[in-house]
Amino acid sequence: MTDIPALRLQDIVKTFPGVRALDGVSFQVMPGEVHALLGENGAGKSTLMKVLGGIHQPDEGKIFIAEQPAVMKSPLDAKSKGVVFIHQELSLADELSAAENIYLGQLPRKSFGRVDWKALYEKSDAILARLKCSFDSRKLVGDLSIANKQMVEIARALTVDAKAVIFDEPTASLTDAEKVVLFDVINDLRSDGVGVVYISHRMDEIFTISDKISVLRDGSYRGSLVTADTDEDEVTKLMIGRSLDSENPIVPAKKGPIALEVQGLSCGDLFQNVSFKVHEGEVVGFYGLVGAGRTEIAETLFGLRAPSAGKILLEGKEVKIASPIEAIAHGISLVPEDRKGQGLVLGMNCKENMTLPQISDLTAGPFVSDGAEVAIFDQYRDRLQIKTPGWRQKVGNLSGGNQQKIVIGKWLSMAPKVLIVDEPTRGIDVGSKAEIHNLIRDLASQGYAVIVISSEMPEVLRVSDRVVAMFHGEIIREFTADEVNEDNLVQAISGIRTTKVA
Amino acid sequence: MADTRAKTIGQFLARQGILVAFVLFMIGFALANGRFLGIDNIMGVVRSSAILGVIALGVTFVVISGNLDLSVGSMMSFSTIVVLDLHDKIGPALAIPAMFAMTMALGALIGFLVGYLKLNSLIVTLGMLSAIHGLTLTYSGGKNMDIDDKAGTWFSFFGQGSVLGIPVPILVIALLAILLSLLLSRTPFGRKVYAVGGNGVAATFSGIPRARVVFMCYLISAFCVAVAGLLQASRSLGSQNTVGQGMELDVLAAVILGGASLLGGSGTIFKTVIGVLILGFIQNGLLLVGLAFYVQYVVTWVIIILAVWLDIAAKRGRLLSPIA
Amino acid sequence: MKPYLKQSAIWGFVVLELIFFSVAGEFLSLSDKAFMDLDNMLLLFKQSAPIGIIALGMTVVMINGNIDLSVGAIFALCAIIMLDSMKWPIFAGLGDWVILVGWLLALATGMLLGLINGLIVWKTGVDAFIVTLGSMLGYRGLVFMYNGENPTSNLNWTMVDIAEADILGIETPTIVFVICTVLVWLLMTRTVHGRNAYAIGDNREAAVNAGIRVGPHMVWNFVLIGFLAALSAVVFYSASGSVNPNDGTLYELWVITAVVLGGTKLTGGSGSVIATFGGVIAIQLLRKGLGHIGADTAMVNLVIGLILIAVLFLDRQLNRKGKEELRT
Repeated sequence: MTDIPALRLQDIVKTFPGVRALDGVSFQVMPGEVHALLGENGAGKSTLMKVLGGIHQPDEGKIFIAEQPAVMKSPLDAKSKGVVFIHQELSLADELSAAENIYLGQLPRKSFGRVDWKALYEKSDAILARLKCSFDSRKLVGDLSIANKQMVEIARALTVDAKAVIFDEPTASLTDAEKVVLFDVINDLRSDGVGVVYISHRMDEIFTISDKISVLRDGSYRGSLVTADTDEDEVTKLMIGRSLDSENPIVPAKKGPIALEVQGLSCGDLFQNVSFKVHEGEVVGFYGLVGAGRTEIAETLFGLRAPSAGKILLEGKEVKIASPIEAIAHGISLVPEDRKGQGLVLGMNCKENMTLPQISDLTAGPFVSDGAEVAIFDQYRDRLQIKTPGWRQKVGNLSGGNQQKIVIGKWLSMAPKVLIVDEPTRGIDVGSKAEIHNLIRDLASQGYAVIVISSEMPEVLRVSDRVVAMFHGEIIREFTADEVNEDNLVQAISGIRTTKVA
Repeated sequence: MADTRAKTIGQFLARQGILVAFVLFMIGFALANGRFLGIDNIMGVVRSSAILGVIALGVTFVVISGNLDLSVGSMMSFSTIVVLDLHDKIGPALAIPAMFAMTMALGALIGFLVGYLKLNSLIVTLGMLSAIHGLTLTYSGGKNMDIDDKAGTWFSFFGQGSVLGIPVPILVIALLAILLSLLLSRTPFGRKVYAVGGNGVAATFSGIPRARVVFMCYLISAFCVAVAGLLQASRSLGSQNTVGQGMELDVLAAVILGGASLLGGSGTIFKTVIGVLILGFIQNGLLLVGLAFYVQYVVTWVIIILAVWLDIAAKRGRLLSPIA
Repeated sequence: MKPYLKQSAIWGFVVLELIFFSVAGEFLSLSDKAFMDLDNMLLLFKQSAPIGIIALGMTVVMINGNIDLSVGAIFALCAIIMLDSMKWPIFAGLGDWVILVGWLLALATGMLLGLINGLIVWKTGVDAFIVTLGSMLGYRGLVFMYNGENPTSNLNWTMVDIAEADILGIETPTIVFVICTVLVWLLMTRTVHGRNAYAIGDNREAAVNAGIRVGPHMVWNFVLIGFLAALSAVVFYSASGSVNPNDGTLYELWVITAVVLGGTKLTGGSGSVIATFGGVIAIQLLRKGLGHIGADTAMVNLVIGLILIAVLFLDRQLNRKGKEELRT
């Protein structure tokens, strides 16, 4: 092993309006090293990778490839410089064969622009063999399993002389057997002298495969550990920082009757046999990795998905929810995950967005009553402290935090019995985050039944009276606020079932 | 400094370019032919734009909700032919409601296909264009329609009559414009149309019955087409069965000229009326300077492309597309 | 397995039509001849050629993720250029070679019109259906501007002879159609350009990230369809010798119906030239069959329009992802 890092980032700074996503991050990977990168959501991992991948340009700082300064102008540019990504969202063309995808944009040619099929299949089969794949490169990608599709992406990465390969949550959709194959591939890359960056939440995997672990938190680099010399607790401490439960102790909720009960709810592969209860006056937090099934449960409760089995009971009575309109009629409101795509009509102004679900009721005769609309807007603007020049402002112009408050206000104005909030503070600055957390606690004390879905541990721990940990579509464990802590929660969402003695 | 100024002028042109171009056109036409700005000519343009304008009002709803309707031309031919035919068979008092019912049934079909089955509106209405054309031809047996007793019927009132000196078609479009404008801008339904067009997914997430809203927009569009058919039939008391052919593009051009985005979510009745007038005056101006009617086609083409281009460019902030 | 099933579906439909019209024809037809007689079938191929040649180009454009509504107007305009240019004074001394000049100018015009469409789509970023909706109108305006509402004619018997020639009973239009089918099929299945078209249509971002130059690629496809529309006009009008300014109106509807019927997806990324061939045959069969049992053009228009809608519906039903889908 040489001493020159395959890849080095130095003092990278990246700011977006209102948020300092990366605050002078330095990070390096040596050739033949598997370096894990950890951090909570919002810690800055994906921004760092986007900078490395040429999607964002850093405001300050430098990138070095084998100690040569490099500017990444685009993903293609990064690839040509030897930095290759295997993303969570696969970028494959389903209608083409594996071979054509592997060599996309670089198909070997004969005269007249014809594809040299012989060469193409030979080369692709060779790469697939190297990855110990069992399928032929002639197969259509659309017919492959997700694991195999991932292999095709990796194969594509190997068509260039990669100096660094970055895996972003590669095992999210893999079975255990498929993971073993993936780790073999990563080991092969390691012996070939490639620098591997492995981004993941899963401790067990990180401790299996990596040589070093680096941690990001809140946009800064928190330290590196040699995997062999450390353990999960030390790593977790770096990730989480100080315990949070010393500040803002959760005011225990005065629990009312059961507002919502779910029994044995399933939806195909997305989630199975989910059962839980939510009382009036409590906040139940759902925590888990991407793909755990939390959002899908919310969508089912809101009538956007048809369950394949199970029951939903509101205030003790079974209900069937076939559409959002029915869900709203039953008193369920959903603040969705994708604020801009699902929660708001960006071209409309603040009051129009806020009054949309109940617009038919805000009338004076056949016409919309401006007065009633503005009254609702004013009420929630004050209650939620929404900063906007006025109700005429188009919501597209507001900051993320204020946009989120408009969505929350919209649903609060419906006086729901059950409020579901999916990723309440995604992409929102720290100050607004705290406001929204306090708001959620207030709602509980006012008697609402609240479900919070979150991928941020501090958030879930801060706001929840109870935490439901999910993994791969199943509920692994339920904790009360007293029981739960960072360690047992992380273990639960990684699929590790333990008895409550932990 | 100069940079930001150039950018501001650029943005201004993008937004108001249509009006600027229109003003230039008007000046050009007025200089080329003195009659252009005469009161007779102006009234003539307004009157002949009325029928197109009525259809454009309905299509505005469809476009704002994020869809298209290419079938309006052949649907109008259908309406005209049907009402003329039924006039002689069951009398005007019954013919008019019957025609409305039949036309709106077609609109309901399209609304069902696009709203509830969620099929692509471009292709569906393209297919319906052909199907309705075929339907019209079959109905009319390929012949033109004529009313037998042209002098003795009150039917001509709609297309040829006037009230207090104002031609009825102009009154009709004015009235319809006011009513539809209130519906679109002041009622909950109108708000829902904007929501569905602005962000259909978010509309569903907010409990808006998206399919029903789209369906209703096509019904409104069909209603307007029926009105236009009535005016047309009543004006000429006889018609070829291809009378509406090609109107869909003029209607689309007018709606685009009025500033509605083809992506949905924006536009108003008032702006569509302006667009109709702009188109009418441009076409009239071209005629007056001696250019044949088909030159309009080329001009309309350029207008559509420029208008949509500038709208998209203004939204993305760059004039040229960044596709490699 | 599934793609083969989907592609064979169109041929199954063709067989059904043959059976239906043969049987129905026995009861309803005014003529004595059977529906499936050899001459009739050969005629079928010849009559499929005008739409069919263009449909090949439309397949490529649609696989790419675009659409071209102006093909009818391009068809007419190229026909006019071909017939009229042979009468231009500059070419006076060329004798029958002027036919070749006419053909070449027509083809060049088609390519130019396609180039304009492609460049506008690329550089402005306006969606192809709006761009070509506009040029459908604009190019038609040019058609009228050429000679007003009058037909443009030029009867050159040598040209007609060539156009109506037959080899072993198979006429020129059929031969051109089949050759074009083979060539476009080779393009889409064997060349880099063709495979890239699928990639761009299926996942444009992936294609861009892989370094494929999407803009020029799209322009090439528009030039191709322009060329094919011109070729179709050349083949057809060399035989007929006279073109009306309204000719080709709504050709795009027929072409798109044939392509969609053959299984190409509107959204792009998927489609087959052979299946389009099948779709063209199916449509033409429908026209002939309906005529055979006594339906008129009006009825045919009606049926075609409805078929297009039915195919859209089926396509949607077959492509639903089931429980994965949100009810939005």
